[in-house]
Amino acid sequence: MAKRIELNVDGKAHSIDADPDMPLLYALRDDLGLKNPKFGCGLAQCGACTVLVDGQPVRSCVTPVDSLGAGKITTMGGLSKDGKPHKVLAAFIEEQVPQCGYCMNGWVMTTVSLLETTPKPTDAQIEEALTGLKCRCATHVSIMRAVKRAAMA
Amino acid sequence: MNTHLNRRHFLGGAGALTVSVLMPGHAAQAATNGLEKRPPLDPRKLASYVSIQADGSAVAYFGKMDMGQGTDVGVAQMVAEELDLPAERVLVLAGDSATSVNQGGASGSTGVSHGGATLRNAAAEARYVMLEMASKQLGVPMEDLTTANGVISSKSTPAKKVTYGELIGGRWFDTQVEWNGQMGNNLSVKTRAKLKDPKDYKVYGTSAPRRDVAYKLLGTGDFVTDIKVPGMLHARMVMPPVAGSVPTAVDEASIKDIPGAKVVWEKAFLGVVAPKEWDAIKAMRQLKVTWSDVKAPFPEQKDIYDHIRNAKTVKSGGEGKMLKEPEKVEEAFKNAARIIEATYEWPFQTHASMGPACAVVDYQPNGTTTLWTGSQKPHFAGDGVASILGIKPESVHAIWVAGPGSYGRNDAGDAAAYAAIFSKATGKPVRYQGMRNEGTGWAPKAPASVHKVRAGLDKDNNIIAWHFHSKSFDRLNVSSNESKPEDLLGGQMLGATPKPGNTYGTPAESYVFPVKQQTWETIAPLLDAVSPLRSSHLRDPLGPEIHFANESFIDEVAYATGKDPVAMRLALVGDARDRDLIKAAADKAGWQPRTAARKQRNGDIAVGQGIAYSQRNGTRVAVVAEVEVNMTTGKVRGKKFTVSHDCGIVINPRLLTQGIEGNVCQALSRATHEEVKFSKENVTSVDWETYPILDFTERPVEIDVVLINRQNLPPTGAGEGSMRPVAAAIANAIYDATGIRMRQAPFTPDRLKAGMA
Repeated sequence: MAKRIELNVDGKAHSIDADPDMPLLYALRDDLGLKNPKFGCGLAQCGACTVLVDGQPVRSCVTPVDSLGAGKITTMGGLSKDGKPHKVLAAFIEEQVPQCGYCMNGWVMTTVSLLETTPKPTDAQIEEALTGLKCRCATHVSIMRAVKRAAMA
Repeated sequence: MNTHLNRRHFLGGAGALTVSVLMPGHAAQAATNGLEKRPPLDPRKLASYVSIQADGSAVAYFGKMDMGQGTDVGVAQMVAEELDLPAERVLVLAGDSATSVNQGGASGSTGVSHGGATLRNAAAEARYVMLEMASKQLGVPMEDLTTANGVISSKSTPAKKVTYGELIGGRWFDTQVEWNGQMGNNLSVKTRAKLKDPKDYKVYGTSAPRRDVAYKLLGTGDFVTDIKVPGMLHARMVMPPVAGSVPTAVDEASIKDIPGAKVVWEKAFLGVVAPKEWDAIKAMRQLKVTWSDVKAPFPEQKDIYDHIRNAKTVKSGGEGKMLKEPEKVEEAFKNAARIIEATYEWPFQTHASMGPACAVVDYQPNGTTTLWTGSQKPHFAGDGVASILGIKPESVHAIWVAGPGSYGRNDAGDAAAYAAIFSKATGKPVRYQGMRNEGTGWAPKAPASVHKVRAGLDKDNNIIAWHFHSKSFDRLNVSSNESKPEDLLGGQMLGATPKPGNTYGTPAESYVFPVKQQTWETIAPLLDAVSPLRSSHLRDPLGPEIHFANESFIDEVAYATGKDPVAMRLALVGDARDRDLIKAAADKAGWQPRTAARKQRNGDIAVGQGIAYSQRNGTRVAVVAEVEVNMTTGKVRGKKFTVSHDCGIVINPRLLTQGIEGNVCQALSRATHEEVKFSKENVTSVDWETYPILDFTERPVEIDVVLINRQNLPPTGAGEGSMRPVAAAIANAIYDATGIRMRQAPFTPDRLKAGMA
């Protein structure tokens, strides 16, 4: 049964009518028309749907839309301020990381979260943060270069 | 500055980083001036390939595709070179059946070698036509004219000059080109102009940046999954639990509580639609279906290689001068003092693109039907939609929009066909996207195979006879182009009978043996139609498995005859470029000659190095892999790869290097992880847990690429060549590390531990 649900996404308040069990991903894509989070697996196995909730990476494909309370949701499209790409996006662009680009939300949003808590991560800390994310085009070495570039910025 | 309508600039970092944001395909097309007035596409017309904008920049209309490796940038550089323009002044429009002729889409790494070469010739012709126009306008003979940066000027009187924009900007060329009469990959055109001498190249060899990266990260352009059409419905398929079974009863009441949800059922085609995507997914899960009882179609997974060995041959073929006289091959083996032989096995593998395929179709029975697709062959996918709908191909407008990854014939064409069927059945535009199990479990598969290799040696250990033989499922049980109902799951569900290609392939290398034979035989598919194990092309079709066998066996023979694997290859290759290539990889990797596995140990970790090489349509690649094997867990880690790469002239070194890096990592994934699992009823590899791929923590620490630039040789393609030898290099490195010979892929801990026992 549909229910009125309030969402705070990329600094804007939204109100939608939705099935409370519907994953957040569909609210973002279908109801709010946001394009960045992607459906990759619907199983929290790949990361293509990743958003930040209060700074923490969350798989929006398995997170019920009614479970967020007042949590502040940030999508990849909400990272940049004043027309200037966020430093992680700038680094991924400079390193020309994506091939198909469909997985980028996972890598970028997880890196943003990592650098918030650990501005100068070691290789081991980067691996610990990014393990489990999938990139089928296998751009893993470009991703590592971009994360290190972002940490230097 | 019309072309800059589609550019925006962002300033990042401390003002140091300027990012040029180019909109993707269809959005860029909308911003390209004059496109609405273009003459009808015709492969005989110059205007079908190139035009000049009002500002003097050029647009090239590319009928092949870039799938994220920068092929379009390479093509822009080829066109720019012949037009004497900088690369950034050439816009490449691709993936739209209304703006480019069908050059075959992404296919066989021919984007540059075939598609780019055609557009390069068209660009040279365009320059020639403009020189003719300038000659008349300036009253100067053509021989006295020169071009630089879009300006044509007189050599003798430099004040006499005219720009491309002034000559023809914003208008269309109205001249013809000599077309070879072919469509698809083999389409080519001739030019009256003399092509530029490679020694004068300025744009080749530079690392022009990718054009799709910024929009993919900043979210300023669509993916195919983002396409929304007013009134659109969302669709999902309901796939059979047992492969081959069909719905016999569908309880439509079982989804009546879901707003707007409806069933679409015809023969074996069963799906649901709803106005909201989540509702379509709920309906798919909730729908009660009775399925026909069918005999489980597959053998036990453990028996798959025996099945292949024992199955009846459907077709055979191969290469070798002795092919028609097999008795002479056997005679050569009879004369051998010693015969070495080995058998190698490779599993079914799948695309598992990052997201399941998506397509949107707006069927208009009395007008133009539109397809938005992520297919790497959008023209063919459009033809497929037309054939499914029973309408003329020219009434379908196919538009490519970036999709969730494509490495060959994946599920994208099937998605387009499903969306077409749904749109026709509902009378509405329909967006279909698969669920994860469809992208992994139901995508076409690279076929499982068995390869038997024999070498006959004389008493001095020289190889006097060589026989490489593959037995496998058809390489093209469904075609790699998606234009016919019988090649599409939706078409098969509605009754189209598959027409298998019944073909395979042979190793590509230049080894010289007195008697050399390369043969294959194909076997029947496990299930004739609507099979989750139907076989088709996956990046570098057959390359990894065939060369895993061929290059592992060369190593086996080297060690069996007391030779160093690098020295043996150098002695056997009959091609000077291959010799340079192998030497380049071995030197750069610091190859230590050896005639037996070195079995170097660092505690629990065995360390080894192995080499492999192969050709691919003129491109050649050698790889030295350095691996670590954990002797307790059996886990293999590909630590470092040194890759020497010769694909003729290098157009864009940075993009070439990144393409190679991606191929090496994907090949490492396939060699160490990937195996489609199935039960007797169905494919059971349905997600990332059941079809694991390379994890970030398993990426190589270093990929060292040596580009061999052959300035005077045409480019022969780089999309797949470096996928090919990696598995063999890893297997050979595992042997050097452990003395264990991997003859069955993937090289999982279980297989390594079995080898240690």
